[in-house]
Amino acid sequence: MSVLLIAEHNNKELKAFTLNTVTAASQIDSDVHALVIGNSCGDVAKATSELPLVKKVITVEAPHYENFIAENFAPVVIKLAENYSHIVCSANTFGKNLMPRIAAKLDTSQVSDITKVESADTFVRPIYAGNAFATVKSTDSKKCITIRPTSFDACESSGGSAPIENTDAGEEFSLTKFVKREEIKSDRPELGTARVVISGGRGMQNGDNFKLITAIADKLNAAIGASRAAVDAGYISNDHQVGQTGKVVVPDLYIAVGISGAIQHLAGMKESKVIVAINKDGEAPIFSVADYGLEADLFEALPQFLEELNKLNTIQK
Amino acid sequence: MKILVAVKRVIDYNVQIRVKEDGTGVVTDNVKMSTNPPDDNAIEEAVKIKESGKATEIVAVTVGEEKAQETVRKALAVGADRGIHIKADGVIEPLAVSKILKKIVDKEKPDLVFMGKQAIDDDCNQTGQMLSALLDWPQATFASKIDVKDGKLEVTREIDEGLETIEINTPALVTCDLRLNEPRYASLPNIMKAKKKPIEQLNASELDVDITPKIQQIKVEEPPKRKAGIKVSNVAELVQKLKNEAKVI
Repeated sequence: MSVLLIAEHNNKELKAFTLNTVTAASQIDSDVHALVIGNSCGDVAKATSELPLVKKVITVEAPHYENFIAENFAPVVIKLAENYSHIVCSANTFGKNLMPRIAAKLDTSQVSDITKVESADTFVRPIYAGNAFATVKSTDSKKCITIRPTSFDACESSGGSAPIENTDAGEEFSLTKFVKREEIKSDRPELGTARVVISGGRGMQNGDNFKLITAIADKLNAAIGASRAAVDAGYISNDHQVGQTGKVVVPDLYIAVGISGAIQHLAGMKESKVIVAINKDGEAPIFSVADYGLEADLFEALPQFLEELNKLNTIQK
Repeated sequence: MKILVAVKRVIDYNVQIRVKEDGTGVVTDNVKMSTNPPDDNAIEEAVKIKESGKATEIVAVTVGEEKAQETVRKALAVGADRGIHIKADGVIEPLAVSKILKKIVDKEKPDLVFMGKQAIDDDCNQTGQMLSALLDWPQATFASKIDVKDGKLEVTREIDEGLETIEINTPALVTCDLRLNEPRYASLPNIMKAKKKPIEQLNASELDVDITPKIQQIKVEEPPKRKAGIKVSNVAELVQKLKNEAKVI
């Protein structure tokens, strides 16, 4: 049997995380078919067909697929489902919103947010905000799975030439109407995919002091994160929040500044490759997960950090 | 307008989770339990809508063991009018919960169903969307703002790219984000009054719904521990380590 992967895109480009999801799908079964639902999204279908791990691309286009409304998407997937043993997509807000609507109609118990594929029916997934990991086996004949993209490497993005097949659009679900989307625009890398993330916590004391973090982020081409405490205190907007109720990030380098390291924050960043903690409280729990800890006043340490970075001949981007 | 709010009893969010040594689950004996945090936001929003005069009745519902009734009682103390407790023991998967809730919706015929976007124990993020699918209703997940209009809701949703606004016709299902509102505390007089509010009890077995788990739990493990790192004495040493040892800058 084959895996049907629902591609995540914006009608122009494939979302980077879809490449990670393709890797996970290919570990379930090598016959991965990608489904691109959207409006005038031919470029996305073409880019998807170039992924060497994708064996076939199915596209469904109509104006009512422009805005990714789950009520419109689910029937398309359900109609195609009979040919597949697994239906997968990313565990981003797109997939979280959509997949249960498909699973319920197929009478399948969904396996959410997997971080590892053990076999075609057995998966590992975090529970309790990553404070425990469960290995679970699905007994449903058709499996619906969402994949945590940051737990899998991105697949090759070129060299493939999978056939592209068009299929008919379904009817529009008239009870849900898209009104608007306000995307956060930034010149910085996206928090979820950045190679380096520097985050500030309550220790920053106010929003203005975040400029110390911004200066270092500029130098390192880093995304800027924050703890829930900093967001709740109004220092920075909530799209920067890292943690259980914010974003889960897995950068090569995570720098936590003035963050004590509450369980909820650690859940969002402790899988980072290298963690640096700068905090004046030597007992702060953040030091228990940090590879490099600096016990110092951040208002002295951050300007020095920038100065030391300026001395370097080269900095990785 | 009638609002049904689904609540779940979970391990309190402040409790440090411990995995059982035999790998069968996490320790729940003598551990503080409370209402799933975003479910508190769901109740709060329903109460605010009722206070604004746009809703007439709030019914709180839960599925779970005997003690799950406590979460319904708490919802009554902050403003729900009556409760329903569907008794069921053991693991009840989101699909099974959504089938049970569908039976309750068929009977109660609410205009809106609210619940938290995700339970902080199994982290599934499924029940609301599944119930919405079974009912063929519109869904608004991860809601951070709800405007009630005539026969419609305008809902702002928290999505990865920022915010999205959609308009949905009622009856509709909404799953609530922590940013939706600031849940109130129950006052002592209201806690006393809640003790007199009715809670209807049913057994899941009476509802003609198959709730047998379809996912087997093989084992539960601690997350991989990070190796203890080192403390550096100054910023210059930190930058040198990052450059030459970790090679990340």
